[in-house]
Amino acid sequence: MSAKTLFEKIWEAHVVHEEPGMQTILYIDLHLVHEVTSPQAFEGLRLAGRRVRRPELTVATMDHNVPTTDRSLPIADPVAQKQIETLRRNCQEFGIKLYDLNDPRQGIVHVIGPELGYTQPGMTIVCGDSHTSTHGAFGALAFGIGTSEVEHVLATQCLLQTKPKTMEVRVEGELPPGVTAKDLILYIIGRIGTHGGTGYCIEYTGSTIRSLSMEQRMTVCNMSIEAGARAGMIAPDEKTYEYLRGRPMAPKDFDRAVAQWEKLPTDPGAQYDRSVQFQAQEVVPQVTWGTNPGQVVGVTDVVPDPDSFPDPNDRKAARRALQYMDLEPGTPIEQIRIDRVFIGSCTNSRIEDLREAARVVRGYRVAPGVEAMVVPGSGTVKRQAEQEGLDRIFREAGFQWREAGCSMCLGMNPDVLQPGQRCASTSNRNFEGRQGKGGRTHLVSPAMAAAAAVMGHFVDIRNWEYR
Amino acid sequence: MPLKPFRRHTGVVATLDRVDVDTDQIIPKQFLKRIERTGFGQFLFYDWRYLPDGSENPEFELNRPEFRGASILLTRRNFGCGSSREHAPWALEDYGFRVLIAPSFADIFYNNCFKNGLLPITLSEEQVEELFGRVRRRPGYQLTVDLEQCRLWDQEGLEFAFTVPEFQRHCLLHGLDQIALTLQHEDKILAYERRRGIGA
Ligand code: SF4
Repeated sequence: MSAKTLFEKIWEAHVVHEEPGMQTILYIDLHLVHEVTSPQAFEGLRLAGRRVRRPELTVATMDHNVPTTDRSLPIADPVAQKQIETLRRNCQEFGIKLYDLNDPRQGIVHVIGPELGYTQPGMTIVCGDSHTSTHGAFGALAFGIGTSEVEHVLATQCLLQTKPKTMEVRVEGELPPGVTAKDLILYIIGRIGTHGGTGYCIEYTGSTIRSLSMEQRMTVCNMSIEAGARAGMIAPDEKTYEYLRGRPMAPKDFDRAVAQWEKLPTDPGAQYDRSVQFQAQEVVPQVTWGTNPGQVVGVTDVVPDPDSFPDPNDRKAARRALQYMDLEPGTPIEQIRIDRVFIGSCTNSRIEDLREAARVVRGYRVAPGVEAMVVPGSGTVKRQAEQEGLDRIFREAGFQWREAGCSMCLGMNPDVLQPGQRCASTSNRNFEGRQGKGGRTHLVSPAMAAAAAVMGHFVDIRNWEYR
Repeated sequence: MPLKPFRRHTGVVATLDRVDVDTDQIIPKQFLKRIERTGFGQFLFYDWRYLPDGSENPEFELNRPEFRGASILLTRRNFGCGSSREHAPWALEDYGFRVLIAPSFADIFYNNCFKNGLLPITLSEEQVEELFGRVRRRPGYQLTVDLEQCRLWDQEGLEFAFTVPEFQRHCLLHGLDQIALTLQHEDKILAYERRRGIGA
C-alpha cells in the first residue's frame, strides 16, 4: 500500500462514486447550517419537492446577524428577524436540530461544532461559510460551500467535488513568548500570499503545530481560507482525543473511535504537491496594515512603502489600501492610534483567547476615547469565562461584555464601526468595510488587541507589564 | 434548479483593474439578510458604486458610460476571495454579467459561478493585460465567448483558447441540475451509507 496523506485518506474514505467526465461524488458526514446562507437552499428544496436526506447529520445555529445585547428584547431589524425566523421554520419543517438564540449552547457555528463534539477526526464537514476550515484542526476535511452546494448536501448528503491538490505547511521550533497562533497564521499568509493556497488543501505539520493546543490549532486552520485554501488540517493526536473525550456528541465507544482516528495521520514518505517551511522563532506579533490579511507586518515594523513591492498590481493594491486605511508609508505600527477594539469571532473567541486577553487587561483600564468589546464565541464560552471571573476583569477595565455571535467580525448585526473608525480586531478579515462601511480594521491576536485597548495604540505585547 | 444554458455569448467588456476583489466588496453584508435569491444586482459593488448620499460614484469603473450594459467583466487575480456567499455570483448575474475573465479566481467563488450560469474564464496574466489594453483603447470593446469550442475572440483578429473543467462545462452548456445528476446515483449513495452503517 502506498504512503498517503491525511487528506488522501479522508478523501478516499468518502468517495461514493467516480466516473470519467464527472466530478467525484463525495459523502458528507456533518453539515453545519446558519441563517444567512441557507434560506435560498431550503427554498430550492421546497420548489423541487425534495426532502433533507439525512437530517440527523445536519446541525443548525444562528450566529451571523444575531444581536449581542439583551436577548429578551425583540430584534430591532425586521429583515434580520425574518431571516432568523426563516431558519427556525426550515429546521422545524425538515427536522433539523437547531441551537436557537435562547439555547445556552448557541454560538458561532465554528465554535459550537467542536465544543459540542460534533467535529471529529476523519470526517468530511461542510458549511455555507468559508471559515469551515476551522474544523480541520481535528484532522477532518472541512471546507466552505456556497448556497447551491448547501442545497445539494441537504438533498443528497453528498457534494460534487474536484480533488484539490495538497500543500504541506511545516513549522518547526518554539514560538517566542507573546507570539500566538494568530501571529503565526498571519505570518504564514503574509509569506504565501492571499492566493498562495488556492486550489490546495493545506496540512499544517511540524513541531510548532504539534505543540499548539486544540484552540490554537483552530485559530490556524480557521484562516487557511485567507491564504486561498478552502481547507486546512492538522493530524489528530492525543490532544485531539483529550479535547473530545466526554463532549456531548463525542462517539459513545470512544476508545474504538480513537483506534480508528490513530490511522489517519499522514504516512511517512507520503508526497504533497507542494511544501513550504517556516521557523517559529522568526515570528513576531503581527499587525495588518492593509485591506487583506496578507498585507501584514510585525509590530516593530513600519507601514510599508507601496513602491517597495516588485509586482505592479501589488503596488497599486497597496496604494489603494493605504488610502482606505488613511496611513502613511513609514509610520511605525506602534504609533497607529485606534478607536475601537473587538475581541471575538470564530478565529479568537474561545476560552483560551479570553483568558489571554484578560491576563493583559487585568489591573488596567481601557484608554480614554477607546470603545472596546468582548464577544464570546458561544454561550458555553461565556458561562465558563464568567465562572472564571474573566467578565469582571473586562468590565472593570471598561470593556463591554456581550452575548455570543459573529458580531463585529462582519457587522451584520448592530455591532459596526462608524466610517473612519480604526479598530484592533481579533477577527480574520480586514477587507474594506468588513466591520462597517468606511471602518478600518487591523487584525491582531487577542493579547495584542487587549494591549491596544489599554494604550490606545498598538504596542509590542512582548514588553507588556502584566499586573 | 436547472440553469440557464450557456453556449455562446457576445457582449461589451467592462474592466475592474484591481487584484484580490473580495466578495464583501462584490456584495456587502448589509444585503445578506434577504432570504431571496434574486434582485441582488442593484446592490452589486454597493460601497464602491455609490457615494454616501446614495448617488452614483463617478470614479467607480462600472459607472463609466462606456461600460453601461457590459456583460463581460475583465479583472485581476484572486477575484472573489473571502466569504463563500453565493450572493456574489447572484449579484453579478443579476446585474447582467455572463462572463468573468481574470488570471485567477478564489476556489469557492469559482465553483459558485458555475452553479449560477456565470462563466469564469482564467487566462494568463499576459492575455489579461492584452485585453485590458484593448478595452482601454477601444470604448465599447466587445468579445465573443464560445463555451462549446472554449475560445474567445474580438472583431480585430484576437483569439484566445481557454480551459474550463470538463464537468462544469458540460453542466453549463446544457443547463443541468446538479442535484438531479447526483440523485441519478442514489443507489450508490445508499450502498455507501449501508457500508458505513449510516441511517441504520
Ligand atoms: S465569526 Fe466572522 S468569520 Fe466567523 S463565521 Fe462569523 S462572520 Fe464568519
